[in-house]
Amino acid sequence: MIRYIIRRLIFSVGMFVTVTLIGFVLFYLIPADPAKFACGRACTPEMVAKVAHYLGTDRPVYVQYAKFLGRLMPVSFKGGPHFKEPNLGRSFVNRQSVNWIVGQAAPVTASLVFGGLVIWMMIALPVGILSALRPRSLLDRVSMTGVLMGISLHPVWIGLVASWLIGYKLHLTPIANYANFFHPLFGQPGGPVQWAYHLILPWCTFAILFAAVYVRMIRANVMETMNEDYVRTARAKGAPEFRVMRAHILRNALLPVVTMLGMDVGLALGGAIFTEQVYSLPGLGYTSISALTNYDSPVVLGVLVFACTAIIVLNLLVDLLYAWIDPRIRLS
Amino acid sequence: MPLLEVKDLKTYFTTGDGVVKAVDGVSFSIEKGETLGIVGESGSGKSVTCLTIMGLNARRNTMSMGQALFNGEDLLTASQERLREIRGNDIAMIFQDPMTSLNPVHTVGTQLVEAVTLHRDVPKKEARTRALDLLKQVGIPRAERRIDDYPHQFSGGMRQRVMIAMALINNPELLIADEPTTALDVTTQAQILSLIEKLQADYNSAVIMITHDLGVIAEIADDVVVMYAAEVAEKGPVNRIFRSPHHPYTWGLMGSLPRLDADLGRLSQIQGQPPSLLRPPSGCRFHPRCPHVMDVCRTTDPQLAPAGDDPRHLQACHLDEETKQRESARLLGTLAGAPTP
Repeated sequence: MIRYIIRRLIFSVGMFVTVTLIGFVLFYLIPADPAKFACGRACTPEMVAKVAHYLGTDRPVYVQYAKFLGRLMPVSFKGGPHFKEPNLGRSFVNRQSVNWIVGQAAPVTASLVFGGLVIWMMIALPVGILSALRPRSLLDRVSMTGVLMGISLHPVWIGLVASWLIGYKLHLTPIANYANFFHPLFGQPGGPVQWAYHLILPWCTFAILFAAVYVRMIRANVMETMNEDYVRTARAKGAPEFRVMRAHILRNALLPVVTMLGMDVGLALGGAIFTEQVYSLPGLGYTSISALTNYDSPVVLGVLVFACTAIIVLNLLVDLLYAWIDPRIRLS
Repeated sequence: MPLLEVKDLKTYFTTGDGVVKAVDGVSFSIEKGETLGIVGESGSGKSVTCLTIMGLNARRNTMSMGQALFNGEDLLTASQERLREIRGNDIAMIFQDPMTSLNPVHTVGTQLVEAVTLHRDVPKKEARTRALDLLKQVGIPRAERRIDDYPHQFSGGMRQRVMIAMALINNPELLIADEPTTALDVTTQAQILSLIEKLQADYNSAVIMITHDLGVIAEIADDVVVMYAAEVAEKGPVNRIFRSPHHPYTWGLMGSLPRLDADLGRLSQIQGQPPSLLRPPSGCRFHPRCPHVMDVCRTTDPQLAPAGDDPRHLQACHLDEETKQRESARLLGTLAGAPTP
């Protein structure tokens, strides 16, 4: 078990280095000078060169990458080895600490993703199970049509229609912006109620695609598991239908769903770009899009580092959880 | 009163292609403590017959008709709740494939305890003691430790022992074993069979043994039902069926049985394939494969009629008694290794 975790962590470090290296090189390959953007239009070539030197973008890419990794290391060897806070550097555009920028954006995205997760599973579990129990029934046909629509409709379109109809026409919800759960900024709404109120539309918009995918997956898994021999055994023992479903079908049918959840949540934590964009939520997706348009590579890489870490950690958690809920899998 | 009396049982499945008559008018009965063998090829309706008795067919597309009287109570018209009480308690079932019949995410102990607590209001601890007791009886070594293992940690034979333990844990009056040895290797097969026989004696349960292996039938059955294409071809006491088989299909089955005590050269086989139950052949369903086919066989479905002098021995074949006697004597002669006349 311990050995497994250690091996996974070593593997994760390799993956982390690969992902950030690719991100770094891609930025280097873009035929644009970040110093020019940071400096502004009126700059002379001499001033741009100065800014480039200041930002460090005049150094070779491997030096830049090494400095980036060095800042990220939790230990430093300068002046004797000691622990330090990993540092993502500063934004090219406004010199803000990237740690701070990511720290501001991550809770927004996390609120969106985990709230959305609750909603999509609250839809997907009952609908998926009921559709599997009554294939080709009215409920099944309606839900399968809904699934097709949920998968086909683009989140931006859903978001725009929902904010126009529910927010603008019916005045039921705000159509944009985020309200902090804790410590709202001066003069802005905040607290749990405002937080949820501002997030209702984004949650639903974000949840629709995933709810659709998960309804279909849960339905298929439950239908497949219902035909397993051990389910017949449970019935032959005299188990009531509810118990057959809970203890024998769902325990097995939901195993692959756990894996998918780990991957999808990790991926979404990197930024639910469309939903954040439509509702002007200052999350990681929103932040990285605006950073990209300014060639602000430290911020984009900061989001990348965060997303990469989230995916690695969530997948590790899912694997550990999986070994616990599926006895056939032993981590060795 | 027999323990279980099945009368004119019919099970039809509606499919996209039409109605599949998986069981089409099957009758038999079994007394307390007896063993009934049901034998036939794959798809002859053996398993469906028993699943219908247990009420385990998918309800959606199944039509069941006739009667299955268990201690006088018709299982086909019983409520779901009543059937649930009977299943696992009065009638238990062992399935063909022990590799897939146990739930992979629960320990065998949990699954055995569940079987007890579903029917008896006893503390978990007591149920566990009972489960351990059964595991020992079915010959699981180091049962105290293995009770907390998961199914994938057991071999196929051991899993089938667990299934048998699970079936017998509530001391059922009737045990239905659906090809319990088919998925096992030959040495394990013999062990499982003798285990079922021994426990049947200990618990005084009646057993319905479904199999396609006449050897198994010869070993443990008191009565035999030979099924072909959803119907009964022949049935009767085991010694009658083996001494004086009356149906060409039974002859075919016996001719394909390998023997160690006689050199027969190649084993004979029944030509052709079992018929589609969607569109069964006209007349006698065996006629397209029967070496003794006559004109009447193509048009008229033979009814079960007494064979010879024993009223319990019934058969459904148009051949005259003399031919049947001659053919079965010739077959038995061949099987015994004697030169044929």
